[in-house]
Amino acid sequence: MELDPVFLSRIQFVWVIALHILLPAFTMGLACFIALLETAHLVTKSAVYLRLSQFWLRIFAVSFGLGVVSGIVMPFQIGTNWSRYSDAAANIIAPLLAYEGLTAFFLEAAFLGVLLFGRKLVPPVVHCGAAIAVAAGTFFSSFWILAVNSWMQTPAGYTQTEGRFFPADWTAAIFNPSFPYRLTHTVTAFFLTTGFVVIGVACYHLRKGQFVAESRKMLSMTLWLVTVLAPLQVFLGDQHGLNTLQYQPIKVAAMEGNWHRQAGAPLLLFAWPDQAAAENRYEIGIPGLASLVLRHDMNGEIPGLTEVPPEDRPPVAVVFWAFRIMVGAGLGMLGLVAVGLWLRARRTLFTTAWFQRLCLWASPIGFVAVLAGWTVTETGRQPWVIYGLLRTRDAVSPSLTGFDVALSLAIYVVVYLFVFGFGLILLLRLMRTIPIEHDGPAPETSAILGGQRPLAAGMPTEADAP
Amino acid sequence: MSTWFTLIWIAIIGVGIFLYVVLDGFDLGVGILSRFAPSKADRELMIASVSPFWDGNETWLILGAVGLMAAFPMAFAIIVPALYFPILAMLVGLMFRGVAFEFRSVPGAHEGLWDIAFCGGSVLAAFSQGVMLGMFVTGFTVTGREFTGTSFDWVAPFPLLSGAALIFGYALLGAGWLVMKTEGKLQTWARRMGRLALAVVLVFIAVVTLVMLVHQPQVFGRWLRFPNVLFLWPVPLGTALAAFWAWRSLGGSGDAQPFLATVALFGTAFLGLAISLWPMIVPTSVDLWTAAASPSSQAFLLVGTVILLPVILAYSAWSYWVFRGKVRADSGYGH
Ligand code: HDD
Ligand code: HEM
Ligand code: HEM
Repeated sequence: MELDPVFLSRIQFVWVIALHILLPAFTMGLACFIALLETAHLVTKSAVYLRLSQFWLRIFAVSFGLGVVSGIVMPFQIGTNWSRYSDAAANIIAPLLAYEGLTAFFLEAAFLGVLLFGRKLVPPVVHCGAAIAVAAGTFFSSFWILAVNSWMQTPAGYTQTEGRFFPADWTAAIFNPSFPYRLTHTVTAFFLTTGFVVIGVACYHLRKGQFVAESRKMLSMTLWLVTVLAPLQVFLGDQHGLNTLQYQPIKVAAMEGNWHRQAGAPLLLFAWPDQAAAENRYEIGIPGLASLVLRHDMNGEIPGLTEVPPEDRPPVAVVFWAFRIMVGAGLGMLGLVAVGLWLRARRTLFTTAWFQRLCLWASPIGFVAVLAGWTVTETGRQPWVIYGLLRTRDAVSPSLTGFDVALSLAIYVVVYLFVFGFGLILLLRLMRTIPIEHDGPAPETSAILGGQRPLAAGMPTEADAP
Repeated sequence: MSTWFTLIWIAIIGVGIFLYVVLDGFDLGVGILSRFAPSKADRELMIASVSPFWDGNETWLILGAVGLMAAFPMAFAIIVPALYFPILAMLVGLMFRGVAFEFRSVPGAHEGLWDIAFCGGSVLAAFSQGVMLGMFVTGFTVTGREFTGTSFDWVAPFPLLSGAALIFGYALLGAGWLVMKTEGKLQTWARRMGRLALAVVLVFIAVVTLVMLVHQPQVFGRWLRFPNVLFLWPVPLGTALAAFWAWRSLGGSGDAQPFLATVALFGTAFLGLAISLWPMIVPTSVDLWTAAASPSSQAFLLVGTVILLPVILAYSAWSYWVFRGKVRADSGYGH
């Protein structure tokens, strides 16, 4: 079998970026949560916030470390494996990537040191400021990297000479048509991801009857957050889809599994897209619903994959199913927050064991949705790296042989499995371990206030309840 | 105008790479030396002395890479694939080194394993950076805008030699850092390690200089031709003085001097290299002007860099200042 450097480079890219994005997806929300806890502690002087912050800081340190080491791999990937793409697009994307370094990475790195190790070395206000600076850094990072990615999806503000891209209008290039949608949808996704992890951890401790005051606090805070964000995310996703329909209609056709342009297209619940035959097998759908969602009209026209030649179509089954996984996750989140609201209204939020078990199982749901969403986005863009302008197969480094990439891919797989595997074990261990008290009075946590007991009046969490 | 942009950018990238070499150099050096720490408590101290800084230091590498891509895209697109495996090895090394900081202190995390990863990762990263340096000096095979050599061009005596050299070079920087940040027995040990590393480094510098002069006639000409000799003689003299200063201070009593002397030594060596290669950015075929990005790209990034770089330097310096003085045993999470 001939080893294909293009195919292997793609697998390698997917492997390293999919594992990288799991970390920002978690640390961005966590950085903001820690900044919030530090601020709350500064203002209210309540020890609960301090203990929560200390608890999450350890977890943050480990995840951030993983995020950093897997992030450094990324810009090099673009050079090592996609050098033709670099040569073609660098005049536009590289300054944006450099701005990410200048505005985000240095900020995060410098203040992370103070945040982790400097609590006793700087005044409390400065320490809190460091937490805020780190959180701000994660925002800047997402801004620039998503500007780059969105430019690849919906290029704007460029001129093209001899196959290379040059900036014509920086504002148009950065704020390209899909960027606002991708930025808001992704940032919301990251907060949801963190939110469900925090909720899961809180429920774990509540079920164990330990760390109770803290767990109630974080469960209540975070549940409010996701209650707002989950419906918002569905709305933003819908808007994002409309934007994609306008600029990348074939991607939407793949998401819907729609082969022929049609009015009153059904929303397919199940189908097995057959790329070669250009049709679906085993279709089950709700008539007219896809048109209703995408055109806001039961009889609206939906583009079909056969409008472009076969070599310009993305792998339909991947996009189709990834999209269903993401939307499924989104609807699942909606269900969870609805139940949460109902329990809160009945004042049994902290005592309903089955809900806590459910939340525990649901804690990785954000990661699933993020990976699925990115698979829709990136696979749906194929066969292009820069949509409509540069094909993925023309982007790969010319000097690479299939053997080179097979070897590097094998190394990345082994190293990442080892490092991320260990990282996951350690993170889970940290999440299960309650911090040992260093200072301050004994916590109001105690085993008697265990999860199964009715909510005692005047618990600190009451303040957050309606 | 675009000439100026290009000159400013090569200066920024040069400074960025130099800062990376010095700053992450001492982190990696401490990592390299950590295996040989006199005691477990000493190793803790050594690691604690770099914990708050390594991430920021490593960021200069990212800036170097994306800065190169932004200002000299053609050079990036040639050099980076040419260094395919050295870069892979460096990334793997940095990965183990980076996670070891966080992992080793998690309760029940096989600390010994991550201490090995910490040292091994540092050695691997240092070695592969040295290999890249060696490749850079010997040059790349280029056709048109593309690298047309193989991914195994680095398997050659000179790159491998310079890989080994950089391990000792970084160990020297790490020793200088430890002399500055520690006291007592550990400091004495660091001084001894520093002298050991320095001796090896000096041999390597001599060998590299000879190889360059003999094998690369244009380098020979550049340094020894009249009138260049008149301007350039301070560089080798500076190198010699810095080496002497480093040797003296490692044996003496100044705490900061060994580190400063080592930085000076790296500085003169860096300068010497830059003079030898000028104006090539992809030795031996592509010069700065050919590889330069469009003026609009260079200008767009320059505006932000001019504003942000001083700010970055200021708050980074502040973070060093927060952790000033000798490292203490009780530094760590929550302290
Ligand atoms: C918590 C995560 C999460 C959740 C619950 C959802 N999404 Fe999403 N989605 C993402 C996380 C995400 C993402 C990972 O962040 C993506 C990848 C790229 C992007 O912009 O956001 C994405 C991409 C993405 C795209 C692709 C856009 C493109 O590439 O052009 C569409 C059309 C949607 N989403 C639509 C939806 C809809 C209709 C949802 C409602 C149920 C939904 N998403 C829930
Ligand atoms: C903003 C930065 C990003 C850049 C510059 C980028 C660049 C690329 C490039 C060059 C490819 C081509 C290789 C290929 O076709 O497989 C690609 C594909 C891909 N990328 Fe991205 N990407 C970015 C963000 C992401 C993110 C955040 C993810 C999240 C997981 C992701 C997931 C993928 C996937 C799944 C493919 C494979 C598509 C396929 O093979 O069909 N990308 N990307
Ligand atoms: C949607 C895609 C991406 C997002 C939102 C994102 C966001 C982030 C964030 C927030 C961090 C901080 C570390 C952490 O929180 O774990 C980070 C680290 C990093 N990312 Fe990504 N990233 C994405 C994809 C990429 C890509 C494609 C590249 C390469 C071009 C990249 C390069 C880096 C680098 C170099 C770091 C390490 C920075 C450091 O030393 O602090 N990222 N990323």
